[in-house]
Amino acid sequence: MLALIGTIPYDGFPILSGEISVKNSNILIGEKSFQIKRGFKAMIGAASIVCKELSLFPPTAFTAGDIGLGDGSKRLYEHLRNQLSGIQVSVLTFHYLMPDIFWHDQIIKAIEEMSKKPILIADAGFMYVAKMSGFAPFYDLFTPDIGELAFLADELAPHPFYTRGFICHEENNVPSLISRAYKSENASKFLIVKGENDYICSNGEIIAIIKEPNVETLEPIGGTGDTLTGIVSALVYSGYAIEDAAVMAAIINRLAGELANPSPSTQVSEIISYIPKALSIVLKSLDKKNNEIHVKGN
Amino acid sequence: MPLIKSKKEEKKPDRGFLVFHNTSDVIRAEKILKKEGFKIRVMGPPPEHRRGCDLVIEFPLIEQLNILRILEKKSTPPIDAVPVDNPLLKPIEIVKTKDFGKYIMVRAANMKMTVEKSTLKIVNISGGGCPDVPYLAEKLIGKTLKEAPEPKQIGHTLCAYALHIAYEEMTKRCLL
Repeated sequence: MLALIGTIPYDGFPILSGEISVKNSNILIGEKSFQIKRGFKAMIGAASIVCKELSLFPPTAFTAGDIGLGDGSKRLYEHLRNQLSGIQVSVLTFHYLMPDIFWHDQIIKAIEEMSKKPILIADAGFMYVAKMSGFAPFYDLFTPDIGELAFLADELAPHPFYTRGFICHEENNVPSLISRAYKSENASKFLIVKGENDYICSNGEIIAIIKEPNVETLEPIGGTGDTLTGIVSALVYSGYAIEDAAVMAAIINRLAGELANPSPSTQVSEIISYIPKALSIVLKSLDKKNNEIHVKGN
Repeated sequence: MPLIKSKKEEKKPDRGFLVFHNTSDVIRAEKILKKEGFKIRVMGPPPEHRRGCDLVIEFPLIEQLNILRILEKKSTPPIDAVPVDNPLLKPIEIVKTKDFGKYIMVRAANMKMTVEKSTLKIVNISGGGCPDVPYLAEKLIGKTLKEAPEPKQIGHTLCAYALHIAYEEMTKRCLL
């Protein structure tokens, strides 16, 4: 199972779990329908589309409503603490959850009780708490943007809001931030650093830099990082090695963005609709013999 | 030079910090205390008081009684008031803007807000990872800077606080 875990922005919304599907620009968890917007909904939408295109079992969502008070996150953490060890999961992706060290450590305990440790992917609030609790190397993949990379590199910062000023989060500083994050054991085994260029890292080493297509107007669009996390989760679930899935996901996400011909006011739901086409282009360009991707202009 | 400091020489802290249940209480208390003219700062807690997504209010210890009385009266009492022994974490201060022609984007810490220049409509909010970020995006996108609720008023986390800094900078640039 590909299990996707995160909150949705509805006050008091109860725990909901179920198979994810996308219909008429809406996302369904079981029978419950939601509009695709930035955040967890964009992430699971992207993952669901990739799973469908690759003829995989649909991913399963575990969610609850939380508008920032942490109540929904707590209910979801509690639910997972009790249920996780009994579920067969091969890839587990954590997303928008209130960073809470106590509950993070409870989740780690639940994962340790599973018969087989799944591949662990973390983004957003759960990535923050994974680093803050000192468990970053326990995870297989984080997907930070450059600001969040600076936070991973700052061994004292408990949240990106407190990243110290001298740790400069600029594009030209990315290699040294990566090195610093790994040195202080505040990074997962693999990283996708999202930015003007996407950096793919394996155990502290930059193994690929994705520069094309370069669509400057994607930066202001909320949710383009969420879609990347969803795409890579589905590709890893399909069996690609994490490093290959990371490279493919970065290119697919950029291509989907380019195909949408976006302006800074474009919403992520428009970009998601181009994921099947972008995925198809990347799969056709995949040189299986050499495991390389040759997309025009890349 | 004596190796052991006498009690008289020990430096006593002159600042304390107030701990609250959640960040929205911090934001409410900050507003109340600033309005009352206290010299306070919103900071990050020391490790022993850190739970996850936290802010505390640093205040002059000498004002403790006054401050607690006022917060009690306004139904926003802290759960603890502690002297500062070690330096508190300072929130990030870097604010950057990027011009996209018809649009302008402001970034504060991990949060970005983008506004259409001609209408002053908030068209996108990106970055962040706390659960109120998608909530704030749904409440703010499509509204003008004048119509939109302040992120600090409806948000509850450090990401909301960072977005508010971006919002203030955007307001300064576009409305003043």
